[in-house]
Amino acid sequence: MPVDKDVGVNDTMAKQMLKGNIAIAEAALRAGLEAYFGYPITPQTELLEHLSKRMVDEGRVFLQAESEVAAINMVYGAASTGARVMTSSSSPGISLMQEGMSYIAGSELPVVIVDVMRGGPGLGNILPAQGDYFQVTRSAGHGDFHPIVLAPASVQEAIDFTVLAFDLAEKYRHMVIIAADGQIGQMMEPAELPEMKPINKVRPDWALTGANGRGKRIITSIYLSGEEMETFNQKIQDRLVEIKLNEQRWAELYTDDCVLLVIGYGTAGRIARSAVEAAREKGLKVGLLRPQTLYPFPDDRISELADYTEGCLVVEMNAGQMVDDVRLAVGGQIPVSFYGRMGGIVPLPDEILEAIEDTYEKLTIHTPK
Amino acid sequence: MTIQAPEGMELIYSRPESLAEMHTHYCPGCTHGIAHRLLGEALDELGMRERTILVAPVGCSVFAYNYFDTDACEAAHGRAPAMATGVKRTRPDNIVVTYQGDGDLAAIGTAEIIHAAARGEQITTIFINNAIYGMTGGQMAPTTLPGQKTRSSPDGRDVEIAGFPIRMSEVLATLPGAAYIVRRSMHDVKNIRKAKKAIITALKVQEAGLGFSMVELLSSCPTNWGIQPNEALQWIEEHMVPYYPLEDYKVIEAVKNL
Repeated sequence: MPVDKDVGVNDTMAKQMLKGNIAIAEAALRAGLEAYFGYPITPQTELLEHLSKRMVDEGRVFLQAESEVAAINMVYGAASTGARVMTSSSSPGISLMQEGMSYIAGSELPVVIVDVMRGGPGLGNILPAQGDYFQVTRSAGHGDFHPIVLAPASVQEAIDFTVLAFDLAEKYRHMVIIAADGQIGQMMEPAELPEMKPINKVRPDWALTGANGRGKRIITSIYLSGEEMETFNQKIQDRLVEIKLNEQRWAELYTDDCVLLVIGYGTAGRIARSAVEAAREKGLKVGLLRPQTLYPFPDDRISELADYTEGCLVVEMNAGQMVDDVRLAVGGQIPVSFYGRMGGIVPLPDEILEAIEDTYEKLTIHTPK
Repeated sequence: MTIQAPEGMELIYSRPESLAEMHTHYCPGCTHGIAHRLLGEALDELGMRERTILVAPVGCSVFAYNYFDTDACEAAHGRAPAMATGVKRTRPDNIVVTYQGDGDLAAIGTAEIIHAAARGEQITTIFINNAIYGMTGGQMAPTTLPGQKTRSSPDGRDVEIAGFPIRMSEVLATLPGAAYIVRRSMHDVKNIRKAKKAIITALKVQEAGLGFSMVELLSSCPTNWGIQPNEALQWIEEHMVPYYPLEDYKVIEAVKNL
């Protein structure tokens, strides 16, 4: 893999051909990543491989753990000391990390976790999929919490979201998941890396550094009394309200006059764009909204668009998960259709175009506004 | 509150500075209190309190982080060695100690402790072996002796069904990354003194960067064993020590020169 060596040696800001996994790894390092703990799993392994060299060369912490369970708990420990820390995995590995993710949420620690999603359930396969939407947005671990979830649709966006992920994690003292699918992790395209940032040696006022000349600090997720626990739960919920208010992100196209709004994220969103362009060429008034944050979901904008759109078509690489969030966002104002492929099969633009034409026809025949 | 000696008298016993001034939740007769004190005294004597980060487990000692006057965090069940690894790797100049029971270390956390030891992780583990799950009310532990009655082995541990108890010190001593692995007991004064010496050595091993160090402490659980505290200490000597010998299982050459 000659590209591994190019990255990091070439410090110029020009665009270079980068594989998604390596781009995320290098972007994290340049964003001041202090420690990385991980375990090999396809299709994210290049991320770990890249950091195994680069982190050590930069005198930073890299450790290949004995399992994803151990990796996430190493992340938990490093985050407790206030270090900028990250792990990465793919679907089955994320399942194993969920225990630690819950403890991290319960301890309000800023960490970044990359999930390069593959086909499932079970061992599934190593093809690109989006079957972990519910897992990352709804059930990233036991208990009442949601991580912030960023969904890149290109290598450039994967880089930008990696930098953003650390900023958001530290701003809110909250977990951020980068939900990339195997396609984003594996494909190569030209992209620009950020400038190298040194490690931030300043530690926040909650970090464990040793009780030297100050009172002791404790990082824990235990709240024994119901009242204390509920107060803490409420604190998380209040933060999530703030996050929902400030951090909904999306990209949109042709939404000024669309009759049908197509919604998709990550790779599915990117292919949907080609289908939407093709539909426009055929004279169909079709628009696209691509959520960039899966949590908080951009429901404010979708709800707004539902006011002057006749219907929605949701495209995903799963059996239909985000479609539930779209239904919640539109609140029954307009019909919501779904087109999905499973098994790690990436839909072709023509398939989506066909689904657009079908949905469009039904809308314009039956429910003209 | 600082304890002061009356005029003309010398203060010979007080709370170690490394222990916080508060009551513990431990049952009467439980040896966790002794183990806490030994670790507290050791940290005091080595002047390590202000550099120490304690990693507490899940089990009876889940609130250990409250009882030590050091920075501390609370790990998930069995994961203390992994969490401690994350702490130590980002804070190499701190002293990182995990305090774990037998359910935590020898059952759910076997992978984490074995790999921490194998890596020669520069941490110190205090391993409390009382042959039972205390916090959940006395179920069979990986260290429960053959024939020992617990809430989940009511007719006594049947090795045909539940297999044999694990001797963790012996297991970990086989790993090259382990620098100092010993088993001690807290059933009488002589052994308690030996236990403290071992804890001091283990912490010095970490300070010197020699590798992974662990002190296993045979401990009593009168509440869940269903016997009196004094009988429980006797039970350690009569039943546990024969199965879990009080030996030095791994002491690398460099430790002897400390």
